[in-house]
Amino acid sequence: MMLRYFSSVVLLLLVGSAVAEEVDVTTLATKLKAVGPKGAGHREAIAAWRTLSKADVAQLPAILEGMKGAGKLSENWFRAAVESVAQTELKRGGKLPIDGLEGFLGDTSQSPRARRLAYELIAGVDSSAEERLIPGLLNDPSLELRRDAVALAISSAAELEQAGKKETAAEQYQTAFNAARALDQIKITSEKLRSLEQQVNIPVHMGFVTQWHLVGPFDNTNKQGFDVTYPPEKSVDLNDSYKGKKAEVKWVSHVTKDQYGIVDLNVIFDRPKEGDSYKLTDDHKEAIAYAYSEFTASAAADVDLRIGCINANKVWLNGKLLTANQVYHAGMEVDQYLAQGRLKSGKNSILVKVCQNEQEESWAQRWQFQLRVCNHIGTAVLSKDRNANKTAAR
Amino acid sequence: MNNTYIAITLLSLTVSSFAVGADWLQFRGPNGASVTGDVAPPTKWSETENVAWASDLPGKGVSGPIVVQGRIYLTCASGEKQDRLHVLCFDEKSGDEVWHREFWATGRTLTHPFSSVAAPTPASDGKRIFAFFSSNDLACLDLDGNLLWYRGLAFDYPKAGNDIGMASSPVVTGETVVVQLENQGDSFAAALDTASGETRWRVDRDHSANWVSPTALPGKREGKHVVLLQGRSGLTAHDAMSGDELWRYDVPCSTTPSVAVSETRIYIPANGLTVLDLPKDATVPSLAWDSSQLSPSPASPIVTKDFVYVMNGVGVLSCGDIVTGKRLWQVRIGGRHWATPVVAGNLMYCINADGEVKVVELGERGKVVGTNKFDEAVKGSPATAAGALYVRTDSKLWKIARGS
Repeated sequence: MMLRYFSSVVLLLLVGSAVAEEVDVTTLATKLKAVGPKGAGHREAIAAWRTLSKADVAQLPAILEGMKGAGKLSENWFRAAVESVAQTELKRGGKLPIDGLEGFLGDTSQSPRARRLAYELIAGVDSSAEERLIPGLLNDPSLELRRDAVALAISSAAELEQAGKKETAAEQYQTAFNAARALDQIKITSEKLRSLEQQVNIPVHMGFVTQWHLVGPFDNTNKQGFDVTYPPEKSVDLNDSYKGKKAEVKWVSHVTKDQYGIVDLNVIFDRPKEGDSYKLTDDHKEAIAYAYSEFTASAAADVDLRIGCINANKVWLNGKLLTANQVYHAGMEVDQYLAQGRLKSGKNSILVKVCQNEQEESWAQRWQFQLRVCNHIGTAVLSKDRNANKTAAR
Repeated sequence: MNNTYIAITLLSLTVSSFAVGADWLQFRGPNGASVTGDVAPPTKWSETENVAWASDLPGKGVSGPIVVQGRIYLTCASGEKQDRLHVLCFDEKSGDEVWHREFWATGRTLTHPFSSVAAPTPASDGKRIFAFFSSNDLACLDLDGNLLWYRGLAFDYPKAGNDIGMASSPVVTGETVVVQLENQGDSFAAALDTASGETRWRVDRDHSANWVSPTALPGKREGKHVVLLQGRSGLTAHDAMSGDELWRYDVPCSTTPSVAVSETRIYIPANGLTVLDLPKDATVPSLAWDSSQLSPSPASPIVTKDFVYVMNGVGVLSCGDIVTGKRLWQVRIGGRHWATPVVAGNLMYCINADGEVKVVELGERGKVVGTNKFDEAVKGSPATAAGALYVRTDSKLWKIARGS
């Protein structure tokens, strides 16, 4: 009898810790949003999280709404609280406020990640959620939701293709390609479109800059050149010549035909050819090249300049340094480094510095970069004077 | 005696009843030794024998599992950019998922295809889980999955990262969790308060890539918990509470296999293997011996009883005498071993990247007494506890145990 009594007390203690309650979401969300770098706002957030994670399940949409304006770090505190509230409710046999969550999902003014989380909660208890909700999200501002919608569109196109309906399959692949912002889906859809004899322009779709003026090599012995302000960093006149690493160097024009905008400096700055006025180090060791491009914007706009580069690099927009990455031979990917800048209406200048080091290994010989201009979700922003149909790459 | 007191006592009994058998709280287990004194797991298994369970995983990972109070904890990463981070908890008996938390990475998530954002093995102090990722996100959860704190170390220092992938696992010593983020950008080691997540200290490190893990010395030295940081140019010992450098030993260390320690010696993957005699105080250790014949790569060395074992880059296992450094025997295991082997009883479990497992009986000679195969790659170090072997393959977490 005594044991049963004590067991009940234990059970009450255990269950009691999970009892939901209505909490002041607004105040708690403010504390979670105040989490900053290096532990700022941490103690307050820990206390706030403990309370928020005990919120009544009906408050889930309100908690998700609280994520609006949250930073990347804060979003994780919210996510854990939302998961905790939802899982506690489901474990005790309760239900999630599906109508409220669906309403929240439909409000594209809310935080993209909060909307994604709302969808995941719905999908966790409703097997029809994907079919009901995802197809309408093909152009969603949430990249995660958009990705799922594109995946469904690709599946649909594949079914049409398998059924021999090539024309409608191509249309569906084109729809998926147009919506795709994820690189793997862009690759899949572009390959499918090409196999169905459709033209695809990946550089235009992604906003890769393909026309460049290049000059080099400048000295980067002992990687010291990364911090040296060579003349192109002060001003660019394409008619200028400069003292390079071994000789005088001049600007040369280059249009990359790579479909992902890769500019291979080893190929461009090949061993001296007849008529070249400058010489290059044989293997382009410890060398620096600059790449310059002009970009005409129809209106001022905030943009991402996204660079992929296997070498140390810097990027300037209109003379303002946007990013500096002193990393050598640690991989190269599309969108490897993201930098935010603002285009002005009219002519803008983009300058890239690409630094090669001294390494001898075969895998360390790459000296190349790719750069694209896009908005915050990866939608291309193109120079006004760019003729998409005449882009080199297909 | 009031009811609350009795209830708390009962609660404690309830909780402690789960703490059966040894735990495996971190990368390479107790003291980072890769050794458990427990009864050994089986030497052979198949679809119908000695596989207790195999649970599906929601994403990629090369981290290893840890075992805490009857539960197995593991990390994964998913999504096109591996920017969805997962912390999973499985029931040790059934393999059922007990809870699953997800986060969004706040740091860089590019890795070589061979690796993953879920590369570091999580650590635990027996009360909390410290889940660390290549993106330099560090989540602290209680054993039931409640978030205790969350740090984005690359959010703090945006240039911290390596697009090949970071892989250093955290270590807990005393009330401190230590992480080592050595890379070409913001390169440092940091120690955080296990309870609050606040930074105790941070020290700059060489600006070059390094994948080794910090290692705690067993016990205390002059009343201090001591953590070892292995860099390209040497090994440093730090007071875990203050970060103060207690001593430094200059030697060109490897950047993949991590240092192993015992009560009296430190085994550094440097010039093959460099072994230091460890004083009882916190003074600089002295060279005991070094041997180019014992060269661990990329798996870390293992020390048990009077022997040190190293797996080299082509899958040859060597046994050395810990007193003299003399190589006593070698046995060809085959393949490349990213996973550091584990020892239970007198058996060593060596798993190569192709998923082939060789069970080696340790003695005067190394003798392969069992060969098994997972159908998937294995890159994370396994865990062993209470006669079970826990192995993470590309898509599953396995429990191998006798009589299953």
